[in-house]
Amino acid sequence: MAQAIRMALHYAEEHLGVTDIFGEDVGPPLGGVFTCTQGLETTWNSPLDERGIIGTAMGLAMAGARPVAEIQFCDYIYNTIDLLKLAGNTLWSSNGQWNLPMVVMTPVGSGIRGSIYHSHSFDATMSHIPGWKTVMPSTPLDAYGLMLSACREQNPVMFLIPKALMRVKGDEPIPGEPADEKQLSKMIDAPLGDRSKWKAQWPELSDAAIPLGKAKLVRQGSQLTVVSYGRTMPLVKKAAETLAAEGLDAEVLDLRTLWPYDWDAIVESVKKTGRVLFVNEDTEVTNFGEHLARRVTEKLFYHLLAPPKVLAGKFVPGIGLADTLEAASVPQQGDVDAAMRALATMQP
Amino acid sequence: MARDAKKLKPVKEFKPLITKSDELPLDPERLRFMHETMVKARCLEERLIAMYKSGHGYFWIGGPGEEAFNVPLGMLIKKGQGPAFDFCHFHYRQSATLLAMGEHPLGAIRQMKNTATDPYSGGRNFAGHFSKREWNIAPVSSPIEVQYAMVCGTALAQKRLGGDSISIVTGGDAGTAEGDFATSLVWSSRPGEELPVLILVTNNKWGISTPYGQVQGVERISDRGAAFGMRAKTIDGNDPISAYLELKEAFEYVRTERKPYLVEARVSRLYGHSSASGANFVTAEADCLALFEERLDQHGVRSKDEAKRLRQKYTEEFAELARQAKEEPFPDGGTIWNHVYAGEPGKDPLAD
Ligand SMILES: Cc1ncc(C[n+]2csc(CCOP(=O)(O)OP(=O)(O)O)c2C)c(N)n1
Ligand SMILES: [Mg+2]
Repeated sequence: MAQAIRMALHYAEEHLGVTDIFGEDVGPPLGGVFTCTQGLETTWNSPLDERGIIGTAMGLAMAGARPVAEIQFCDYIYNTIDLLKLAGNTLWSSNGQWNLPMVVMTPVGSGIRGSIYHSHSFDATMSHIPGWKTVMPSTPLDAYGLMLSACREQNPVMFLIPKALMRVKGDEPIPGEPADEKQLSKMIDAPLGDRSKWKAQWPELSDAAIPLGKAKLVRQGSQLTVVSYGRTMPLVKKAAETLAAEGLDAEVLDLRTLWPYDWDAIVESVKKTGRVLFVNEDTEVTNFGEHLARRVTEKLFYHLLAPPKVLAGKFVPGIGLADTLEAASVPQQGDVDAAMRALATMQP
Repeated sequence: MARDAKKLKPVKEFKPLITKSDELPLDPERLRFMHETMVKARCLEERLIAMYKSGHGYFWIGGPGEEAFNVPLGMLIKKGQGPAFDFCHFHYRQSATLLAMGEHPLGAIRQMKNTATDPYSGGRNFAGHFSKREWNIAPVSSPIEVQYAMVCGTALAQKRLGGDSISIVTGGDAGTAEGDFATSLVWSSRPGEELPVLILVTNNKWGISTPYGQVQGVERISDRGAAFGMRAKTIDGNDPISAYLELKEAFEYVRTERKPYLVEARVSRLYGHSSASGANFVTAEADCLALFEERLDQHGVRSKDEAKRLRQKYTEEFAELARQAKEEPFPDGGTIWNHVYAGEPGKDPLAD
């Protein structure tokens, strides 16, 4: 996925007018702690100052530039929240005068044994900040396509990258990417050691933008709807296969864009199945899944065969380092399997 | 148990800078423009306060007492839209600057009355919270100091463009304790990547009720520039002539050198912090307008009578504008959905 984001940003520099890709360690030689920004033209290293990063992105956007700013880990975005609110309300408070075309990308979530400050999620908090669009891909192709749309937006976009999926290879190739993984790596991954003379060899990429606000139907099914995004998405997919072997037929939606989200897709699916589970890994109290569950309850009550459910992270102050602690804090494969099985078979 | 007030550290003596110069080293026409704009600004703020006090607005905050600094500032700004012109990242005491730039006072009055016609926020925001994209005036927002986090972004775009446009940021003394102030110092002075930013601080020695000397130990806020190798100075913001000349020097440096400059201006706060503290005239602080009128009269540039007549004229004019604004409608409640997203019709996302 890191390579997909890099390729999207390259495409955006070349074709979509992106002028600045910046943040802590984003420029050469490192190209980002997750390598998302290696080999790009417009990258630069910022001071270690998250508020400065968001503020500068806002200023650049005001002056007609098109910034993509990175916050190294979403765990460190929290001291910028009032600036995120400001970016989200600048158009509104100026009664339509100032829009801010800017993208902020940041790695989120657990899955790399990142302990208390490299495992936070940010989707629930972000869903409390109007005026932004928020996306969270679960596959490299989606990351590529959503980034292109984010870089075309007239409004601020928060691009959440599930850390656990940073290194996954997608089933579907990005249009233009060489089929051979090793060849791609040779072309666009910076070499170890001295990189001062290295330049990326970009493949001939094409525009495969994915519109914001459109969910992806990952699996068709009839007995249960599961809506997820980010790290938990592959777990849901796998669980649906496991359950299929047990004769339980789950429909799976990858929301991809959290705001504005694809309500129509949820409605259509829930009307068909009558059962819905929302899965994500942010803390479960005032979780984004709770909003979805409330809306389904209010709007689709008479279509439901069972209560809408939310499977999310435990409401604890942090995710502990030990494997056992992380596993107890955020949904794991077994938790997803069990929640889906329970809901699919729940009887009044 | 509340801490014994006596045990608190004594407030550090604050020395205002009054550079008494009897010279008037500016041409009379400019002096008269400066004075008239200061009068206009004072009358406008006094009208806004009167509107607040008579129930035609919920909250007042503004800049009476800072005119001697804010008017020269407005006179030096290269106004226009886009990075070829100056960007203004202001706080809530900048009405005099806008008037000096040529803004019509009716907008401020409409914003006070929160009418739909308020040109800055359509009735959404407080008085003094200007926004004017045509002139690169970024929306003034209430959180203290955030504008110092944004100013380097516009300046970076301007530096790249070439030309002589700069980014200007204003805020108060208390706000310099926020990290965003440090952000402006750090980001504008990256070695080899210095930015054309004019960092301004109007030091009225108060943050609402807290005296500056009680909570900050830096005698001159401008001294903080030294650590960044930045040009910096503390000036008398109560004298419009020296403020003009000092600002002019700073503007020219930033325009031509494309590097930051930090200016701290010592100013007065003549009607307290805001309506929350009563908005009553204080006599204990220097009144820059009265001081200037004295000098203009002495030097035969403008008599006290003439000054008085100007005051009367604008007082009446703005009272009339306020009467006009009072008749204008408030925004319709249904408009709350407008301008949440650019390029999209405003609608309740949860309505179906
Ligand atoms: C971040 C933040 N904290 C607190 C406040 C409340 N507040 C409004 S004005 C103010 C004092 C500001 O003092 P100063 O920066 O010296 O500017 P002045 O009003 O004196 O011009 C405070 C604490 C705020 N608006 N924003
Ligand atoms: Mg102050």
